[in-house]
Amino acid sequence: MKVFIDYIRSLFLLELLKGLQLTGRYLCAKKFTIQYPEERAPLSPRFRGLHAQRRYESGEERCIACKLCEATCPALAITIEAAPREDGSRRTTRYEIDLFKCIFCGYCEESCPVDAIVESRTYEYCFENRGENIMTKEQLLAHGDKHEVQLAKDLEAQAPYR
Amino acid sequence: MSEEKTITIEVDGQPLETKAGALLIDVTDAAGIDIPRFCYHKKLSIAASCRMCLVEVAKVPKPIPACATQVMDGMVVQTRSPMVLAAQKATMEFLLINHPLDCPVCDQGGECELQDVAMGYGSDVTRFIETKRVVPENDIGPLIATDMTRCIHCTRCVRFGDEVAGMREMGATGRGEHMTIGTYVAHNLNSELSGNVIDLCPVGALTSKPFQYRARAWELTRHTGVAPHDSVGSNIQIHTRRGEVMRVHPHSNDAINEIWLSDRDRFSYEGVKSEERLTQPLIKKDGEWTEASWEEALEAAASGLKKIASTDADQIGTLVSPTATLEEIALARKITEGLGSSNIDYRLRQEDFRGNSSAVPWLGQSIGSLENIDSALLIGSNIRKDQPLLAHRLRKAALKGAKIQLINPLHLDLHFDAAQMVSDPAGMVHNLAAIAEAAGGSHHLTEQIEVTDEHKAIAEELKRSESAVILLGNLAQSHPDYTILCGLAALIAKATEASVGVIPMAANSVGAAVIGAIPDHGLNAHSMLENPRKGYLLLGVEPGRDTNNPALARSAISSAELVVAVTAYRSLCLEEAASIMLPMSGFGETSGSFVNAEGRWQHFSGAAAPLGESRPGWKILRVLGNLLDLDGFDYSSSEEIRDELRDAHGAEPKVTSLGAAKGKIRSAVTGLARIGETPIYAADALVRRATSLQKTAEAREATAARVNPSVAADAGLSDGDKVAVVQGEGRAEMVLRIDPHIPDGCVWVPAAVPGSESLGDQFGELSLEKV
Repeated sequence: MKVFIDYIRSLFLLELLKGLQLTGRYLCAKKFTIQYPEERAPLSPRFRGLHAQRRYESGEERCIACKLCEATCPALAITIEAAPREDGSRRTTRYEIDLFKCIFCGYCEESCPVDAIVESRTYEYCFENRGENIMTKEQLLAHGDKHEVQLAKDLEAQAPYR
Repeated sequence: MSEEKTITIEVDGQPLETKAGALLIDVTDAAGIDIPRFCYHKKLSIAASCRMCLVEVAKVPKPIPACATQVMDGMVVQTRSPMVLAAQKATMEFLLINHPLDCPVCDQGGECELQDVAMGYGSDVTRFIETKRVVPENDIGPLIATDMTRCIHCTRCVRFGDEVAGMREMGATGRGEHMTIGTYVAHNLNSELSGNVIDLCPVGALTSKPFQYRARAWELTRHTGVAPHDSVGSNIQIHTRRGEVMRVHPHSNDAINEIWLSDRDRFSYEGVKSEERLTQPLIKKDGEWTEASWEEALEAAASGLKKIASTDADQIGTLVSPTATLEEIALARKITEGLGSSNIDYRLRQEDFRGNSSAVPWLGQSIGSLENIDSALLIGSNIRKDQPLLAHRLRKAALKGAKIQLINPLHLDLHFDAAQMVSDPAGMVHNLAAIAEAAGGSHHLTEQIEVTDEHKAIAEELKRSESAVILLGNLAQSHPDYTILCGLAALIAKATEASVGVIPMAANSVGAAVIGAIPDHGLNAHSMLENPRKGYLLLGVEPGRDTNNPALARSAISSAELVVAVTAYRSLCLEEAASIMLPMSGFGETSGSFVNAEGRWQHFSGAAAPLGESRPGWKILRVLGNLLDLDGFDYSSSEEIRDELRDAHGAEPKVTSLGAAKGKIRSAVTGLARIGETPIYAADALVRRATSLQKTAEAREATAARVNPSVAADAGLSDGDKVAVVQGEGRAEMVLRIDPHIPDGCVWVPAAVPGSESLGDQFGELSLEKV
C-alpha cells in the first residue's frame, strides 16, 4: 500500500509543486533585503557594538579603575593598570580593549558600577594595520564623547531591565 | 578549671573533643565549622565587640559570642539555628548602616572580610535611609593609607599597637555613633611593625599606601619567598602581576615570623623598580661606561681575572654581600678558589678580626625559644631596629617577666622594660669586663675595672636565671673590639651558665659563614681593603655603603686594575670605581636559599621576570666559572647547587666558641667617638631604594648627626645646625640633632646613608665643625 502511495506522489510531482508554492509565496511577499549602506536595519538600545568610555557632564571620566570589567571579561580582552591620580583619586593609567579577543558579550557593560564602559551602536570599523585592534583609553573616551547623546539615551531605555 | 582535662561538646550535632577552657571559636575553627567574625583574631586579645560570632548555646536564653565563650563539658552549640541567623543578619545590618558602599574604589575590594561576610550573612537591601557617618581623613605616614569612614570599630589595629607593636599609636575616641579610630593627636605610625595593621584590618580602612590602587587581589599570583633583610628570614608571599612584583605579604610560619612582617620586609619591594637598576652589562672604556653584550662583558671579566691570577692569584679579592643567596656566594667562593686565591669575605661591616674566624656566628638557639628565656644580656644591639621580629620575641619574654639588659653606646627607645647601660664604645668593653668580674670570671684586661652595683646586678640576674642568653648585635659586630666583646661574653656565659650567640646582621650572614665564605689563610674583608688588591670581584656590594670603612673601601677599589661588580644597582661608588658591571637580578627575581639566624635553610623560587638584561647571580657566576675554565660549574639549576651545599654543610651550626678576648682595647679615643650605626632603612641596597620607606620619619631622621646636650654645649652647637663631620680624611656635612640618648663624648653618625661614603670606620675618632 505504501509503495502505491509513493508511486502516485512521484507521478503527479507533488513535492515539486509544494516547493514552487513556497517560492511563489515569497515572490509576492514584501522583500527583507535592505540596500546597505543606503539602507540600514533598525538597532536595539541594547545593541552591542564598538566600546566607548563615558564621562560625567563635568567632563570627568567615569571610570574608577575598579577592574570588574577586566575580571568579568571571558575573553581576557581588557587590560587595566591603575594608580592614584595627582588629586588622589583612583584612575586608570592604561585601559585597553583588544578587539580581536573581544566577543562582544557585553559583560563589561553589565559589570560596570558607574556606567563608564559601554558598547555603542557603532559596528562599522576596520583595521588596516597590526596594532589598531587595540583600543586605547584615549580612543575609547573619544568614541564616547562623539556618541554620548545616543549612549545616554540607550542606557535610559535599558534601565528598567537591568 | 583544669587546662588538661578533655571534654566533649556538641556543635551543630557534631561531637567535638577539646580541652576544657578553650575558646569556642578556636574549637569550631579547628573542626572546620565556619563562624563569621571581625574583631576576633587569634594573635590578639579578645574584644567581643563586633557581635558577629554570636552562637546559640542550649540553656542560654540569648545568643552569645563564640570568641569570648569558654567551652564546658556537655555544651550544645548551634551555629546555624534561626536565632543565630537572625542575630547575625541584624549585626550585619547594623555594621552596614555606616559602612560606605564604595567597594569599587576600595583597595580591600576582593579580599575584604566585610564583603565576604556580607555575601553570606547580609541582607540585599538596606532599610537605612538616613545619612551615613563620615569620618575626617587623617594622614598617618607614607606607608599606610587610611579611610576611616570604612572603619567598623573592630579595634584590631588598636589592640595590635598595644599588644604586639608595643606602641599605642591608634586608639578609639568617642562613643557609639561618634566613635572613631585614629591617632587622636595627628602623628604618623612610627612602629617598625606598623604595616601589619594592613593585614589585620578586616575592611579597607587601613590599606597599603605604596600599593594604593595598583592592583586587585584577584589579579595577583602568590609566590612564597623569604625576606631579604634581617636574619629572621621572615616567610613572605610575593604577589606578582604579569611578571612584576606588586606587593609583599607575610606568609605565616609560627617558628619564624608567626604572622607578622616588619615594615622593611613588607615595603622594600619598591626598590626593585628603582631607576638605578642595572639592566645591561656595562664596561668602562677610557673612563666612559659603554653598554656591552653579555658575551663581551663576561669575556672581559674572565680574561681580566685570568691575567691577574696568572701573575699572582693572591692579588684577587672577593667581597660578597651577606644579602646574596647561598648559591651565589658558593659560586663566588668557588671562582675565587679556582683562581688560586683564598681572599673572600662577607663580613663587610666588621672591623675587628683578631678572634677565631671559623666560628659560625649564629643565634645559638631557635628564634621561638627566645620567648621563653628568663633573662638576656644584649651587647651592642639596637634590637628593635636591626631585627624587629626578634625584638618582638624578646618583648614577649619581657612581658612574661624576663629581665632584658642591654649594654649599648646609645640609649634605646624600647617597647619593653629593660635595664640599659649606656656608655661610649670603649666603656662598653669596660662594662662588660666589670660584669665578667662580678660574675666571677677572670679576664686578661690589665686596665683597672671598677665593678659597680649595676654590674653586679646584671651578673646576678644572669646567674639566677635558668635560661639566660647573651647576644651580640650589629653594633658589637662593627665595634673595634668585637673579639674582646666576644671573649668577655663567652666568659660571662661560662660563669653564669648562660648561652651565648650572635644576632647575625643580614638575611644570609649565617649562610655565608656556614658554606665558608671566609678566608682560611687569606685576607679578610678589612685587610683586603687595607692592602689593596689588583683585582676585586664584588657580589652585590656597594663599597661606599656596605662596608665598615667606606673611605678605605673606595680608595682600595678605585686603585684596583680590575673590578668586576655583579650588582643589581648602578651606584655612584661603583660607577666611579668598577671596571665591569654585570646586572644581577634583584629581589624576587631569582631562586636561591638563605640561612637565617637559627640556622634554618630556606629555599625560594623566582617570582618575577628579571628586569631588562639582568640575570640571576648564580647564572652569571656559573658562566664566569665556565669562561675561566674552572671545574665544577656545570649546574643547570640553583637547586643543584643547593643540594650539593646541603650535603656538604647541611648540619645545624654548632655552638662554637666565638673567639678569645685577646689584644688591646682599640676603641678608646681622645676626642669625640663616632657611633656609626647602620639605620634600619639604610641596611642594604634594596631598602635604600625603597621610596616609601625612605619617606618615613625614621629614614629622614636617620641622616642627621646626633649629640647629647652637653657635647653640643661644649662645641657651641645647637639643634638644627649644619655641621661637618670630619673623620680622618673624610668629611660629611650633616644636620645636627640634640639627642639625650647619646652618651657623653660621642657623636652618633649614621653609616650607609647619603653623605657617609667619605667617612672612615663606623667607630673611631672624629671632630665636628660648624658650617
